[in-house]
Amino acid sequence: MTPAGWIIMTLCVAGMTGLLAWCIYKVVATPGSTKHLHSQADIETPDVDDE
Amino acid sequence: MAKIAEKKEAWASRIGVILAVTGSAVGLGNFLRFPGLAAEYGGGAFMIPYVVAFLLIGLPIAWVEWSLGRLGGTRGYNSAPGVFRAVCGDRRASYLAILGPLIPVMIYMYYVFVEAWCLGYAWNYLSGGLLLGNNPAEYETFFHGFVGSQRNGASFTGHGAQALIFLAICFALNFFLIYRGLTKGIEWFCRWAMPALIICALIVLVRVLTLGTPNPDLPEQNIINGLGAMWNPTKPGQTLGQALSNPEIWLAAAGQIFFSLSVGFGIIITYSSYMKKDDDVALSALTSAAGNGFCEVVLGGLITIPAAFVFLGISIVENPPGTFGMGFVSLPNVFNQMPAGPFFGFLFFFLLFLAAVTSSLSMLQPAIALFEEGLGIGRKASVAMLGFITLIGALFVVFFSKDLTALDTIDFWVGNVCIYVMATIQVIVFGWVLGIGRGLDALGRGAEIRIPRLVGFIIKYVSPVYLIAIFILWLLHKLPDRVMALGNVEDGEPPVAALSVGLIVIVLVFFTLIINRAVSRWDRRDAAETEVSP
Repeated sequence: MTPAGWIIMTLCVAGMTGLLAWCIYKVVATPGSTKHLHSQADIETPDVDDE
Repeated sequence: MAKIAEKKEAWASRIGVILAVTGSAVGLGNFLRFPGLAAEYGGGAFMIPYVVAFLLIGLPIAWVEWSLGRLGGTRGYNSAPGVFRAVCGDRRASYLAILGPLIPVMIYMYYVFVEAWCLGYAWNYLSGGLLLGNNPAEYETFFHGFVGSQRNGASFTGHGAQALIFLAICFALNFFLIYRGLTKGIEWFCRWAMPALIICALIVLVRVLTLGTPNPDLPEQNIINGLGAMWNPTKPGQTLGQALSNPEIWLAAAGQIFFSLSVGFGIIITYSSYMKKDDDVALSALTSAAGNGFCEVVLGGLITIPAAFVFLGISIVENPPGTFGMGFVSLPNVFNQMPAGPFFGFLFFFLLFLAAVTSSLSMLQPAIALFEEGLGIGRKASVAMLGFITLIGALFVVFFSKDLTALDTIDFWVGNVCIYVMATIQVIVFGWVLGIGRGLDALGRGAEIRIPRLVGFIIKYVSPVYLIAIFILWLLHKLPDRVMALGNVEDGEPPVAALSVGLIVIVLVFFTLIINRAVSRWDRRDAAETEVSP
């Protein structure tokens, strides 16, 4: 493992972990966020109800 | 007491949302595709174009797709061609979105096969079929036998037929779920099974990082050197400059970002079209991308290649075993070295299978939406039609399994090139046709975070220039080789690569005809509405 390898690993791991932590903080800290945030999994397609 | 109960419920709800949003992004791309590409393109060197692609195209295009989809949805369209028609205000724009339904359907044809491998591996851990001892070569032999990569048609006979049985189970399960529209079940998968997968991966990560030097006779094969194999930006015989001067590394990094974030597919456009006009798309997309990045870089990057190096040696750097060989050969070696390894092996591959199910289900919705809009048929008829098309495609991929040529060819042309083209079209539509001002307004509506104005500049100028420049460089350097490869056929073997491209073209023509029908229907509807309104 070279010094450049340690630097790249640290930056990438810390960067991605930090970004995820910030997003979690925003979701937790924002009132009413649960009603407005969505993922593909929880979006219901209305065509299911049509049949 | 009531206040405490309310607070508890609010916390449970928030944690549930976080798990659902981050979990929805987890899939095979994180744990299988990413490590394979990183090994192929030089570990740390690959991370440079990867991070650049994440910031300059992945995240911006995720926002573009969520915004375009929701905008099109508010105007009554759910398929990518319909959304383009609504956003561009031009009937011909629908044809620009031809790749929207094509990409997920083509990817589904091989993705479901890989999904079957995960289920098959989980079953073999339970049944003892993967208790193969300490010789790494045994796991490699098992993998090639299981996927039928020795010869075409191997999956239809002998040991390889096991994969076909698991494919049938996966295919039936996917279409049962999508046919019945069991969205609640899918949501449950994401909310609970995906976090379980992440916890399982964290346990495996701890085991990998504490491997030390498992074989004292091979002191070079230790975990620190394993981490070096993944993260060092230079490799034996190759400088960082040489690695980065290869246009294919930039295309592959961008392709991986698209694949794992599911952007450039046309999937997000369809799903976001069902959202309410004041729902948040900005923080949803960012949280999903961050969860995906964490799983990919932190978990995928610290587990697979370092473990593969420790057990298989420098050969995985000098001669990378390929995208799937890495995950299906090296990880079983790690589980073999762990306490309760078979249990964790089963758990990991089974949860990976569940992750794949959620992803593959989402791949079907864009084409279903187009069939409904284009042909005026219901969901069940659309699902049946799509089932027939994808079954033929999946059997094609399974039959031409020698060296996984069909799978690799479709993954390259669709999973890389087509996604690239679709992403470029989307970003141009958002930045130049819709206009960056209106686009950012659409993105900011209901947003739980403030989008910096810099994002507008990136989407309008940086992302398209970046995408087009790399694509042109790649065309100049690599297209001739790739085209020549289509004609390379071994004696007595069918031209599988060329046939795979032929399959892509046939599906492309089919979707063009469907879009043509959809455009006619929309034209008639618009004309009728014009006659009614004074």
